[in-house]
Amino acid sequence: MAEYNMHILVCGGTGCKASESELIKSNFQHRLNEFGLSDEIQVVLTGCFGFCEKGPIVKILPDNTFYTQVTPEDVTEIVNEHIIKGRKVERLLYRDPETHELVGDSKGMDFYKKQIRIALRNCGFINPENIEEYIGRDGYAALGTCLSEKTPDEVIEMIKDSGLRGRGGGGFPTGLKWQLTRKSVSDQKYVVCNADEGDPGAFMDRSILEGDPHSVLEAMAICGYCVGADKGLVYIRAEYPLAIERLKIAINQAREYGLLGDDILGTGFNFDVEIRYGAGAFVCGEETALIHSMEGKRGEPTVKPPFPAEKGYNGKPTNVNNVETFANIPVIINKGPEWFASIGTEKSKGTKVFALAGKINNVGLIEVPMGITLREIIYDIGGGIKDGREFKAVQTGGPSGGCLTKSFLDTPIDYDNLVAAGSMMGSGGMIVLDDTDCMVAIAKFYLEFTLDESCGKCTPCRIGNKRLHEILEKITEGNGKVEDLDRLRLLSNVIKDTSLCGLGQTSPNPVLSTLDHFYDEYLAHVTTASCPAGQCKALMHYSIDPDKCTGCTLCFRNCPVGAISGERRAPHYIDQSLCIKCGVCVAKCKFDAVLIG
Amino acid sequence: MPGIKLSEKTIGIIQQICSDFRNEGSELINVLHQTQGKLGYLPAEVQEVIAKELNISVAKVYGVVTFYSFFTMIPMGEHPISICMGTACYVRGSEQVLAEFKRQLSIEVGQSTPDNKFSLNCLRCVGACGLAPVVMVGDKVYGRVSPQMVKNIISEYKEGCASEAKSA
Repeated sequence: MAEYNMHILVCGGTGCKASESELIKSNFQHRLNEFGLSDEIQVVLTGCFGFCEKGPIVKILPDNTFYTQVTPEDVTEIVNEHIIKGRKVERLLYRDPETHELVGDSKGMDFYKKQIRIALRNCGFINPENIEEYIGRDGYAALGTCLSEKTPDEVIEMIKDSGLRGRGGGGFPTGLKWQLTRKSVSDQKYVVCNADEGDPGAFMDRSILEGDPHSVLEAMAICGYCVGADKGLVYIRAEYPLAIERLKIAINQAREYGLLGDDILGTGFNFDVEIRYGAGAFVCGEETALIHSMEGKRGEPTVKPPFPAEKGYNGKPTNVNNVETFANIPVIINKGPEWFASIGTEKSKGTKVFALAGKINNVGLIEVPMGITLREIIYDIGGGIKDGREFKAVQTGGPSGGCLTKSFLDTPIDYDNLVAAGSMMGSGGMIVLDDTDCMVAIAKFYLEFTLDESCGKCTPCRIGNKRLHEILEKITEGNGKVEDLDRLRLLSNVIKDTSLCGLGQTSPNPVLSTLDHFYDEYLAHVTTASCPAGQCKALMHYSIDPDKCTGCTLCFRNCPVGAISGERRAPHYIDQSLCIKCGVCVAKCKFDAVLIG
Repeated sequence: MPGIKLSEKTIGIIQQICSDFRNEGSELINVLHQTQGKLGYLPAEVQEVIAKELNISVAKVYGVVTFYSFFTMIPMGEHPISICMGTACYVRGSEQVLAEFKRQLSIEVGQSTPDNKFSLNCLRCVGACGLAPVVMVGDKVYGRVSPQMVKNIISEYKEGCASEAKSA
């Protein structure tokens, strides 16, 4: 990147791309062309910066200026003012929500201060479609070190010493997994990268593949060297077109540079990578199901053992790791396992990427050291709860996880603490909920997902979850009984104990964890047929307070189903048989006359 | 669903895709991806041709098609509408947005309008959680959608002026 004086980095992540960041990039190029600056200033479409809430993001180097919510129309002003005259465009700078001061340099933003970016080290810095930029940031150095200076066993020892655990959810020690695959004797072995990110609300793997695909390819080659495989497969969701495209470009470039293919770096080591497409099945995140799907079959899991390390793809030993796990590998080799192990807690080393979403001010992708507290994530990095509302819970681990309440705000986050708290790390989705979210409805939402995604092979998962869902449906419609709560718990435990694979064994977690932490809320639904959070529509009843209603007709004109009637300047009335409880009248009324009960 | 007769040309397309993958049964999912990409959907008749070409049973093809949510046996509308039902969108109100789409179009999830202009589906997370709730029409992403915006989004496509459509 040396020949340019200045770089304009435009976020090309999915969120920002949806907000026309490609047009922003081309507008920059046009304007720079007009000023004859194209040779001096480079415009780069990068991977995700993480600060999705205020996208599209534009960052200008070397002064680290961080512009937020940039529109294609803003480009002219940025070029004229910032690039030509050297004056920052203040209205587009990030403003600290507490001090209201402008933050000109992204290093000064609370959002980034507490983060340590290892897996995301290159996201938002390099052009993911240019291998030179990856190489310029120590890319493929780790592969070179491994192939020329270390034996496979030495590399595996390094990974073991680093304490790295699988980032896909289970947290199995990565070094140990590699060793098991290495020990299996076979004429053919495989390395598989699991990029079938199915957890709704989680997009970390996708962002790594979109922002830094070479780090994954490099790590897969290192893994291949260690376990004795010459073939790598990336199993990726077909719904991720941008990640697929960038991965394809990266594979081709790596082949051209002799970093994939035969005789890599002249060491006699062969390794190549192919892409396999998923087709939308959450259960395929499970190793054995994923392998069956790659073989062209229904993605149904099978009993372990045999583990994929012994008998995997096409019956051959297969090492399966998640995208984020792989992205950590080159850094561990380059900086040493001791450095990696110095970050984090006793049993969880390094960092974790979380997708922070829901009722939080700064939605985005963050990477934090293990052992950080929820409070730091939500209030320091996340900027607190949206609209100044009250924090209620954080859901982690997606449909397999649970909720962490206020009492866990100061618990250090790592694999073991989250399990002890009744949740799990999962792949890293973190959904923040406020006091208007009904926990029964949230549990029902996740079960709907599980029902949809259950492969149907084993009975507890296929039928048990269906029954669980029916009970929850009954409760949210106001027809539940107190006995139903015990039944929920009993059935949940049976499903946990008897299901075949991880999906079924963890599917009742959202129910159990909300029952544990929000029993009162369940109780209110079944005893008084009320929803304390005001979310369960069947339990809600809209009416108009005749004392407050001025008869302005605004609700009457906006009601989508014509359920409201009344004369002008006289109190209006809602016909309960027609009302669909959409809440438009509440939103429109200027006199707070619509009552929800 | 009434049976359809595939044209020689369509059969040729399917056969070509199968032979591109060396007519190997293990490539079934790739074949289905390509075929759906070309034909838009995978009706029973298409599955029969694929089964014959790859030398596997129709039951196996059907089993795979129905297992994965990405594959569909019914044609999608001219403008497929997908509502993100990921958790981030759900807690920011995607359910109400979906309800409004259903009401405006008078169809359920998985159906198309009688004129085949729109079809309605749910999807799990587009990865644009910062813009929640998110709706996709074709390849175009609409962010921070409220039920009140639904009518305008639909009308952008009603006149057949999708190319002029601007993001809300």
